[in-house]
Amino acid sequence: MVKVQVWGSLKSALEGADEVELQAASIREVLDQLSATYPAMKQAIDRGVSVSVDGRMYANSIMVPLKPDSEVFVLPKLVGG
Amino acid sequence: MNFQPGKDALKRNFKIVGTRTPRPDGLDKITGRARFGADMTAPGMLWGLILRSPHAHARIKSIDTSSAEAVNGVHAVITAKDFGPCPEDVLDIRENVMAREKALYDGHAVAAVAATSRAAAKQALKLIKVDYEVLPHVTDVDEAMKPSAPIINSKLFTKGLDKTPKKPSNIAERFEFGHGDVEAGLKQADLVIERTFRTEATHQGYIEPHACLASMGSDGRGDIWCCTQGHFMVRQVCSALLGIDASGLRVTASEIGGGFGGKTTVFIEPVALALSLKANHPVKVVMSRSEVLRASGPTSSTSIDVKIGMKKDGTITAGDATLRYQGGAFPGSAVPYGAMAAFACYDLKAVRAVGYDVIANRPKQAAYRAPGAPMAAYAVESVVDELCKELRLDPLDVRLKNASSDGSKASYGPNFDVIGLRATLEAAKAHPHYKTKLGANQGRGVACGFWFNFGGETSVSLNVNADGTIGLSVGTPDIGGSRASIGNMAAEELGVPHDKVRCIIADTASLGYNDVTDGSRVTFASGLAAINAARDAIGKMCERAAGIWGIPVEAVTWEDGTARPSSPNAGKHDPLTLADIAAQAGATGGPIAGHCEINAEGAGVSFATHMVDTEVDPDTGYVKILRYTVFQDAGKAVHPSYVEGQFQGGAVQGIGWALNEEYIYGKDGTLQNAGFLDYRIPVASDLPMIDAVIVEVPNPGHPYGVRGVGETSIVPPLAAISNSVSSAAGVRMTQLPMSPPKVLKALGRI
Repeated sequence: MVKVQVWGSLKSALEGADEVELQAASIREVLDQLSATYPAMKQAIDRGVSVSVDGRMYANSIMVPLKPDSEVFVLPKLVGG
Repeated sequence: MNFQPGKDALKRNFKIVGTRTPRPDGLDKITGRARFGADMTAPGMLWGLILRSPHAHARIKSIDTSSAEAVNGVHAVITAKDFGPCPEDVLDIRENVMAREKALYDGHAVAAVAATSRAAAKQALKLIKVDYEVLPHVTDVDEAMKPSAPIINSKLFTKGLDKTPKKPSNIAERFEFGHGDVEAGLKQADLVIERTFRTEATHQGYIEPHACLASMGSDGRGDIWCCTQGHFMVRQVCSALLGIDASGLRVTASEIGGGFGGKTTVFIEPVALALSLKANHPVKVVMSRSEVLRASGPTSSTSIDVKIGMKKDGTITAGDATLRYQGGAFPGSAVPYGAMAAFACYDLKAVRAVGYDVIANRPKQAAYRAPGAPMAAYAVESVVDELCKELRLDPLDVRLKNASSDGSKASYGPNFDVIGLRATLEAAKAHPHYKTKLGANQGRGVACGFWFNFGGETSVSLNVNADGTIGLSVGTPDIGGSRASIGNMAAEELGVPHDKVRCIIADTASLGYNDVTDGSRVTFASGLAAINAARDAIGKMCERAAGIWGIPVEAVTWEDGTARPSSPNAGKHDPLTLADIAAQAGATGGPIAGHCEINAEGAGVSFATHMVDTEVDPDTGYVKILRYTVFQDAGKAVHPSYVEGQFQGGAVQGIGWALNEEYIYGKDGTLQNAGFLDYRIPVASDLPMIDAVIVEVPNPGHPYGVRGVGETSIVPPLAAISNSVSSAAGVRMTQLPMSPPKVLKALGRI
């Protein structure tokens, strides 16, 4: 199972859980499942997020494959100068 | 071509990468041949000027343009009514480029004119009658957060709270990051220091004002030439605002006289395009310096609380920060990135950073190098410095003791990959600067900084010309020497001399979509795409060689710009150079090109340590920078001179931010210093030579180990300089800029 964490202010969207475990093979599957299960997460995801997989940041790639034990972190969409 | 990324990258015997080749744009820029945004002209061109609100906050009751339209030479006058419905994600941009019901800040555009001369356009602007109802305003971040503050947007309800509030406010969103039990961590400390800091809004200060030429035909097809960090973004936003197909609008990026994040959005381009559409003529709009300062995108002003606990041995037990950033009249300040970056340099068991995105009657903030991070680092690194002083600990040793390292959990959540913070600290400690003796009224400050870096959508095309030279088209405007670094990586991969490769910035019709030049991404992402495009072309050239020799392509290898049989079994054939194969391209199958279209991922995060010595004049409050050294991890410095330039540039902009630069608003909410005489950026005579030390800890996500270097260099200076001045003055400084009046006040002299 993939461990998924979200940034602090979205923890309430996960109904208070620090992390959730999902059966997901890609970032896309993680985001789809979070959106379907947690309505408050859907709003945040629709506005744009970045996703860290095993310490590497993905700005908007949803097809990135995940390992069964991958650590996934959902973060605000990054911008730069 | 056969090597592993990451640490192995530095074992490669680079021939071009890592050398200081001549600047490909040098001659154009020193002779004036380079064409910047304002240099573009077109037959039948009109001049566009924009009328701007003189009020910080006002309802627009009516706009009468009839007298302006009657001026001889005027071809078009537009207002917000000329911008129709648009997708939700560009609504704020539509309102920022042309005010609708309300003017939200001093300088907000309310109408625009296109005329045959600037004089006629200027005359017409004066004749536009705007009936304003002036409203209460707020420009200060802390004032804007108060329940009693004037509400700027009655539809804005704070997001990020457990429950959506029933009343609107100027707080757009709350963010929180962190892990562990902060309160318990603070209890374990021998010393806890809590401070509040304030920073003022600063501007990116690019020398070239925004400029563009737009030409829209009645057939629904048009062109824009403009100075921008992202011409694909310009196409995307303008198409959305004016209902034009992406293929109907071609955007060409001019040379650019600085951007630093401030040219990652649009201000005048949609206005010029709408004027051109209405006038059926090309229209040029060039901002004045005053317009740039009043109506483009400066940084946020901020107010930040930081509390940190430390043991006597220097161990940081917990860190806690609350960050309040005003981002102008629209949501979207950089506070989430400030909150994420605040404690990123430290491996902490307990950390929390809470950020508030606040709106105020100021121009919508835009990105500025590592958006949001410098202010956060300023507050955190100032408290760390004070803890070190109180506990009589060496500031570099304390940072080494607590530094984030490979695999440690970042304060914003994920675990770090291979990182170079520790290497920059060790380089700083070993540097002669750290041992230089200080005199009276002099102080030394150090600070660290972090930035994420990212990749993004990137498209590159590489053409092998018949004479063996290379045309390399990229879609990311060159704001810091990227044509040199990308061209050099392509040359390295192909095995040809660097001057055989000409790298250009292609227009939006010539390449697939490219994200904006931002996030320190271009040398990483476009470089990665150029390497891949070169490999694609090499594969095709090997196929041509195989055809010429009549052997399988698997029996051909590519070395030093030459195709060779891979083994004696492949037969005896004279090697074919790239030029040999290119010369026969037509006869062997047609032109040869390599392509790469990717969403480049794997950007490595970046860290830096800065060290600065200052001298404070106790009589005048003037702060002199005595010496300044930057230590930053570049992964692999593709072109060391440009890398050093990025280090130096970030430090210099940080010096301006720390010592002089600030947006000053009057009681009426209007900007008081909208010009470079009163908005003081550093000039050469203010500065010593900035010493740049390149540290190379390869990024495992890039074949050459490259990390972006453009932004991290502006993160530590505010704190490093404040720590230095605090040491020199003998009093902790907590407000920026540390201009002479503020220093004298801190010293108790006024």
